[in-house]
Amino acid sequence: MNKVSLPDFNQTIPIDQIGVEERVARLNSRSIKKESKVQGLKLALSMIDLTTLEGKDSEGKVIQLCSKAKKPYAPMPDLPTVAAVCVYPNMVSTAKKALNGSNINVASVATAFPSGMAKLQVKLDDTKFAVEQGADEVDMVISRGEFLKGNFSFVFDEIAAVKEACGDAHLKVILETGELETYENVRKASDIAMHAGADFIKTSTGKVSPAATQPVTLVMLEAIRDFYRETGKMIGMKPAGGIRKAKQALQYLVLVKETLGADWLTPDYFRFGASSLANDLLMQIVKQETGVYQSSNYFSND
Amino acid sequence: MSDRLEVLKTYKTYVGGKFPRSESNRIYRIENPGGKHIANACRCTRKDVRDAVVVARSAFDGWSGRSAYNRGQILYRIAEMLEGRKDQFVNELELLGAKKKNAQKEIEISIDRLIYYAGWTDKISQVFGTVNPVASSHFNFSMPEPTGVVGIIGPDESPLLSIVSLVAPVIACGNSCIILASTENPLSAVSFGEVLHASDVPAGVVNILTGNRDEMVNHLTTHMDVNAIFNAINDSETKKQLDENASISVKRVKHYSQSDWSEEKHENPYLILDFMETKTTWHPVGA
Amino acid sequence: MSETKEKTSADATNGSPKPTSPNADLKLDFASFWEYSSAPESSDFVEINEKYNHFINGEFVEPEKGRYMKSINPASEEILTEFAEGTSEDVDKAVQAARKAYNKTWSKLSGRERGKYLYRIARMIQERSRELAITETMDGGKPIRESRDVDVPLAAAHFFYYAGWADKLEYAFPGRKPEPLGVCGQIIPWNFPLLMLAWKIAPALATGNTVVLKPAETTPITALKFAEICSDAGLPDGVVNIVTGAGQTGSAIVNHQGVDKIAFTGSTEVGKIIQKSLAGTYKKYTLELGGKGPNIVFEDAPIDQTVEGIINAIFFNQGHVCCAGSRLLIQEGISERLIQKLKDRMETLIVGDPLDKNTDIGAINSKAQFEKINEYLEIGVNEGAEIYQSKCDLPENGYFCRPTIFTGVGQSNRIVREEIFGPVLTIQTFRTPDEAIEKANNTPYGLASGIWTDKGSKIFKVGQKVRSGVMWSNTYNKFDPTSPFGGYKESGIGREGGLHGLYPYVKLN
Repeated sequence: MNKVSLPDFNQTIPIDQIGVEERVARLNSRSIKKESKVQGLKLALSMIDLTTLEGKDSEGKVIQLCSKAKKPYAPMPDLPTVAAVCVYPNMVSTAKKALNGSNINVASVATAFPSGMAKLQVKLDDTKFAVEQGADEVDMVISRGEFLKGNFSFVFDEIAAVKEACGDAHLKVILETGELETYENVRKASDIAMHAGADFIKTSTGKVSPAATQPVTLVMLEAIRDFYRETGKMIGMKPAGGIRKAKQALQYLVLVKETLGADWLTPDYFRFGASSLANDLLMQIVKQETGVYQSSNYFSND
Repeated sequence: MSDRLEVLKTYKTYVGGKFPRSESNRIYRIENPGGKHIANACRCTRKDVRDAVVVARSAFDGWSGRSAYNRGQILYRIAEMLEGRKDQFVNELELLGAKKKNAQKEIEISIDRLIYYAGWTDKISQVFGTVNPVASSHFNFSMPEPTGVVGIIGPDESPLLSIVSLVAPVIACGNSCIILASTENPLSAVSFGEVLHASDVPAGVVNILTGNRDEMVNHLTTHMDVNAIFNAINDSETKKQLDENASISVKRVKHYSQSDWSEEKHENPYLILDFMETKTTWHPVGA
Repeated sequence: MSETKEKTSADATNGSPKPTSPNADLKLDFASFWEYSSAPESSDFVEINEKYNHFINGEFVEPEKGRYMKSINPASEEILTEFAEGTSEDVDKAVQAARKAYNKTWSKLSGRERGKYLYRIARMIQERSRELAITETMDGGKPIRESRDVDVPLAAAHFFYYAGWADKLEYAFPGRKPEPLGVCGQIIPWNFPLLMLAWKIAPALATGNTVVLKPAETTPITALKFAEICSDAGLPDGVVNIVTGAGQTGSAIVNHQGVDKIAFTGSTEVGKIIQKSLAGTYKKYTLELGGKGPNIVFEDAPIDQTVEGIINAIFFNQGHVCCAGSRLLIQEGISERLIQKLKDRMETLIVGDPLDKNTDIGAINSKAQFEKINEYLEIGVNEGAEIYQSKCDLPENGYFCRPTIFTGVGQSNRIVREEIFGPVLTIQTFRTPDEAIEKANNTPYGLASGIWTDKGSKIFKVGQKVRSGVMWSNTYNKFDPTSPFGGYKESGIGREGGLHGLYPYVKLN
């Protein structure tokens, strides 16, 4: 890792809540029409981490999801594929097999997802297992309890250890911003994660409400921007949970475009953690092509 | 009658907490209605005006920065000091031809008027400030603040009471001021300066000039560092001239000529507000 | 356009020395990918007449002298309409109509009924909001995002707010009984045409006065559409009269014997002329004049929100805002970082077709203003300041100006002292709060200021010392009908908005 002196995480970077929300409202007033809309919808589709993270997940469901990932909508074979399929560790090998021959990554949650309430060794074993099973990307959770307690070095060390356990796999660090509550906490957790070695920072597990929000995402994007200015290193961003509609996805892309610029508008640096978003994007894409409003009856639920 | 020779008072100006003579060293005669010489008053010049404005400006920050409670106490202290010198003022007014009864009444009302305004210092922003329920996520409130340096042009009648009535609302809320006293009857104003001096009023908050008002009034009312004018002269030409002078730096002008200064209507918080500016502050409400 | 950029993390980590912060070599590329397609607001259904007359005594009447002026769309330089040029005869007719309405109808109505008319007007502004927003944008050049989201909703809100006061005035003035003044002459500027009309007319009518209003000569149309609304609302004839024209028409209003009160919003220069013209009369007046607002940023400010606040402070409405935060004062320690962020943000501002929903900065309101701004840009450069402008594309026609910042300026520079009224920001630094306060106050103006810090007590200290009518802390350019607005010093006399906005329209008995 680049030798950049660590900030003092006990110092809080002030963030004005209303200012953040006003900025988001203003960005939401961007009107994305015509070609830019089609381009944005397809871009969003290519950025999806198609996700299933339920106790009742079966191999059959994962395989079905993978086929959706590879070919989102059969009548339009030229559409981009999604970026990754995101599953629990014990489903990684199934997903890996099902995606064989595609460029789609397998992402696995790990580290006692979603609560993270386990010993470090358990988390490291969980991580190593996912990587051994073939995960290209690992989505870890931070220890929110330790963070809220003010034990920032614990959080930092844990992320660094998981990063090491990941080997070549990319590490996404889930902050679970719904539990951190304030934007200042979100900012601090983002900084800790990036300095500890995260390749991506991610808002949420999807198991806590609120999950991803645009203001939280904006705060994280700004943290990424400052980190880039400081270190020259580009970190990726993944909002996850609650993003179901194409319109929301476009709004997120506007946030990225106007905060970090074009270089981040790629699946390498931006992902959506979502499951039902894909279909809404597809319906909008088909509407743009045909001029006809679509029904969900014509799109597979996976 | 004692054989003792009375000590006469030299009337000077009151500027910056001191009692200087006019820089010009000019004086003019003050006589009683019978033509008897009473005193020599300073005949101030534009340079005295200039100096007084500088002094008033430098006193403004400190005075407006005092707590409202402290300003109220000081105004009350002025009333206390005036009460103690009642006889002096009665005599002075009598010398100039006033009836004793009227002179007594004038000073008593002056004292009470000071007490009236002393009580407003810490209430004006409660009564006239507002919290404004804006539609966005902001806390928003408006508070009156003093306008700054005020030029006061005193009338010829009720030479003590009129000056008290004009000065009290102006300084109650934190302004500093320069008074052009009546040309004819300047003595009570100068003596009032002595009361102010003995009352913990910080130097420069009130400055009193005497002389030929016509020689000074344009210099005071065009002065770019004067923020407002409180005029008690009822003359349409003068008023028009003051208005025009004010326009060169957007001064606030309050014309307030009165025939009877003893009326209760002069005790009025709206006269304080005339020399205040409303400042509105916004701040987001967030966590 | 994308210049040399460090794309991969590997480049930066290969044993290169520790980059300094901010790392100015690293460019963010806001332009090369995913450009927004044009998203113009359709103006098809908006009718703008070929010719507009004065609105006097409830009717549209031709000007006595029969002369007309032209209003152009500053984004296309095309003529939008012709409107009457008011002479003293027209003004006289309007004042008489207002006097008659005051005597015969308006002063006889109960506050409750007056309020109900204002509520009607508020509703009709809301109903016609889209049309009004589009018209405002076409006539004045401001982005549709602002006319739609700020000007028109706030105008309606102003009528709604003051409507409620009409029957409650006795609660506004402790110990006094308020009475209307009579006929109010009102002269408004071109930067917020309909909104300024609302600021003027709503409190005047609520307190029982009648009005003669003159909109600015570059932006008369929404005022004339407002006249239609007055008709549709059934407002008694003569309560609101609109006379159009330029400075001479305004002067006729100011000097008319039958006017009891003048309310003016515009430049300090004209404000002084008006104040002088009113010398020796008994007309009351309020003046909302110019500004050179200091926007003070301390090193503990919430920096990314501050950047947004700076953008709002100076680039809102092309900088045609009397309360614009046109003097940025940055605490030295964060100045380099803040300016870097500001420049990045400026690159994302879209300048262009005001009717495009994505436009951030529209057209400069008029050719004269456009030339004035350009003159100041030249002055700034000649004074030795360093100029930075965003690299956005500008349309070929119309009056457009790139967002501009000047660094390396001193307190004595003309661009620091004089109101430019355009998208031009000067940047100075300071070291201590006292220095910031001193620089902030070192101006004849005192309309609005901004302060950015995370420390509450500093806001109160600095906020108290800076002499201005509005103090935006950790925000900027926010407006609300309940919030009083107006200047200290040469920025004006009196307040508009809120309870305080009633004072200028009453006499207290």
